[in-house]
Amino acid sequence: MKDTSSINPLENEAIYIMREVAAQFEKPVLLFSGGKDSITLVRLAQKAFYPAKIPFPLMHIDTGHNFPETIEFRDRLVKELGLELIVRDVQDSIDEGKVKEESGRYASRNQLQTTTLLDAIEEFKFDACIGGARRDEEKARAKERIFSVRDDFGQWDEKNQRPELFDMLNGNIELGQNVRVFPISNWTELDVWSYIQKEQIEIPSIYFAHTRATFLRDGLIWSADDAVVYRDDEEEVVERIVRFRTVGDMSCTAAVLSEAADISSVVQEIRESSISERGARIDDKRSEAAMEKRKQQGYF
Amino acid sequence: MEVLKIATAGSVDDGKSTLIGRLLYDTKSLTSDKLEAIEKKSKQLGYDYLDFSLATDGLVAEREQGITIDVAHIYFSTANKSYIIADTPGHVEYTRNMVTGASTSQVAIVLIDARKGVIEQTNRHFFINNLLRIKTVIVAINKMDLVDFSEEKYNAIKADFEALMSKRDYQDQKITFIPVSALKGDNVVNKSDKTPWYKGETLLENLENIDNQDVFNVGTPRYPVQYVIRPKTDEFHDFRGYAGKVYGGELSVGDDVVILPSETKSKIKEILFYDKKVQTASRRSSVLITLKDDVNISRGDMIVRANDLPKREKEFTATISWMDSQNLKAGNKYIVQHGVNKVLAKVDRIHHKINPDYSGVDDTVEALAINDIATVSFKLNKPIFYDAFKDHRTNGSFILVDSKSNNTVGAGFIQ
Repeated sequence: MKDTSSINPLENEAIYIMREVAAQFEKPVLLFSGGKDSITLVRLAQKAFYPAKIPFPLMHIDTGHNFPETIEFRDRLVKELGLELIVRDVQDSIDEGKVKEESGRYASRNQLQTTTLLDAIEEFKFDACIGGARRDEEKARAKERIFSVRDDFGQWDEKNQRPELFDMLNGNIELGQNVRVFPISNWTELDVWSYIQKEQIEIPSIYFAHTRATFLRDGLIWSADDAVVYRDDEEEVVERIVRFRTVGDMSCTAAVLSEAADISSVVQEIRESSISERGARIDDKRSEAAMEKRKQQGYF
Repeated sequence: MEVLKIATAGSVDDGKSTLIGRLLYDTKSLTSDKLEAIEKKSKQLGYDYLDFSLATDGLVAEREQGITIDVAHIYFSTANKSYIIADTPGHVEYTRNMVTGASTSQVAIVLIDARKGVIEQTNRHFFINNLLRIKTVIVAINKMDLVDFSEEKYNAIKADFEALMSKRDYQDQKITFIPVSALKGDNVVNKSDKTPWYKGETLLENLENIDNQDVFNVGTPRYPVQYVIRPKTDEFHDFRGYAGKVYGGELSVGDDVVILPSETKSKIKEILFYDKKVQTASRRSSVLITLKDDVNISRGDMIVRANDLPKREKEFTATISWMDSQNLKAGNKYIVQHGVNKVLAKVDRIHHKINPDYSGVDDTVEALAINDIATVSFKLNKPIFYDAFKDHRTNGSFILVDSKSNNTVGAGFIQ
């Protein structure tokens, strides 16, 4: 490579943001879910600080309902790259009586994560939490800033956001506040997949087509794991060839029928796809303003 | 793939959200579940057409009021380019959001309602895009369906707008006029058969043909040091690299450089992008630079070519866009964040307020209120290294931060 003119402008922007976080904050952390977006963040952080190590830890808020493939992948990645990983469990928040487990057909631990996350931020006194949210995912996220200030209670005040001008990021906060940082704000789902392909980044196997015991509900395909996902007796278990486009909790992440078994067929599929990524996330379908409400409360 | 950022400006009901929705729909960027949501909502509201504005109006409060109240970002792409639209609101009181959206954009679309023509707010939208030196402006004359696609009407609006152009400060701005109907889809993505008199490109064709290299103002290279990288590992024991982004021009290995503020001279030894060594760091790239000499450099220092120094002053005069509900007054202190550098600043004098509708200046004001634009002088507690905004869009701009609230309270363009 002779010069840097061919470098992806989105990658340049993300690296710049990573460096601003390291420079402007005392205790940053990278929120790691084991999904493709946070795996992409890890690669961008490596690039931002090479030849030094990533100067902040990773933190996973584990709902206990993750796909086992994700957890296995997480542990291997951390070991291979020599990163520091902090894990905090939603189960602990339930056991301590801080949150109440949902019950019934649509029970999910997705919302409960918020309490565990806010407690962990307080425990470690993190002042910046880097996340993989993208503005193209959802309408409320389209208004999110790159540096998004949260108050003492982890709340997002969407009406009173700081303007972000040029590429100048204002990280000034009061003690107790923290900033959520979104380095891939301007990436689309296809941008992320194309980047994973180009950089040959390894991702968990559930993103690729595989045979899985599943059942149908509300037109979506769910993983039939009775320990975690509620299923009626009428909801028949069938083996299907599926993959996941997004990796959240088993209880709120639906699979899609797909034969795409490698990265180039996945990229091809995304290119041609006509259903948006969050279409496979039941937590947003609860109401039109679902995401905005969860964000106000301190969700990722 | 190239990314083009677009700012939009229009008054309430000019159909800005509809235009964006139409761009998404006609480029097949609306996914089936989003389209389904729009169909459902349009039906619920009793419309006999698809209300594309529902694709972009994000926050609950906006849906209730039916208006856009903040900057939203919308994404779509063609085979050729990726587009990011900053959807900025058109109300009089939201100059702040318009400046914000325009500050990161390379192209602006100004909407005009064909029935109303050039109105006071059009002046304001044009003024802001010109103040921010956006190189390419597309004037979309919308709702042509409501004026029977009248060429006469279109020409009259165009002539009014051209009269405005003669007053602009930044004369090199490229301006294109397009007659459109966002609601019906005329000349947005598809060429209209109702405007045979219009020989120009559709809105999308125009965007597709913009040369992406051309929209960025070129200046001299400026390299503000963001972060110092010292791995202290066995392999890189004495390594010391300076991470940053190159603005304006390019820097190459072997360039003679000066480090500010120390004014130490050195030469660029290596340029790294991740683990790859490159000869030249192109503008807008985030790289890592090492120097021939062992120099003491920290964040906020600036590496520049030895024969190309910026100004180095403890005071400057700037055009300010004020964004806070607390007034700016002479004597007030703020943090000036100039790129990655932060210095304390005191307002020395408010020279005059500029009426953004081209109706002149007001030199009697004592304080600036939210959404005011004015010429203001500042004194700093230590020098910054800057260029005039007209010569260098990055190194000539800054934000003002209130040290009590920590909020970003204004944007400045150094004269």
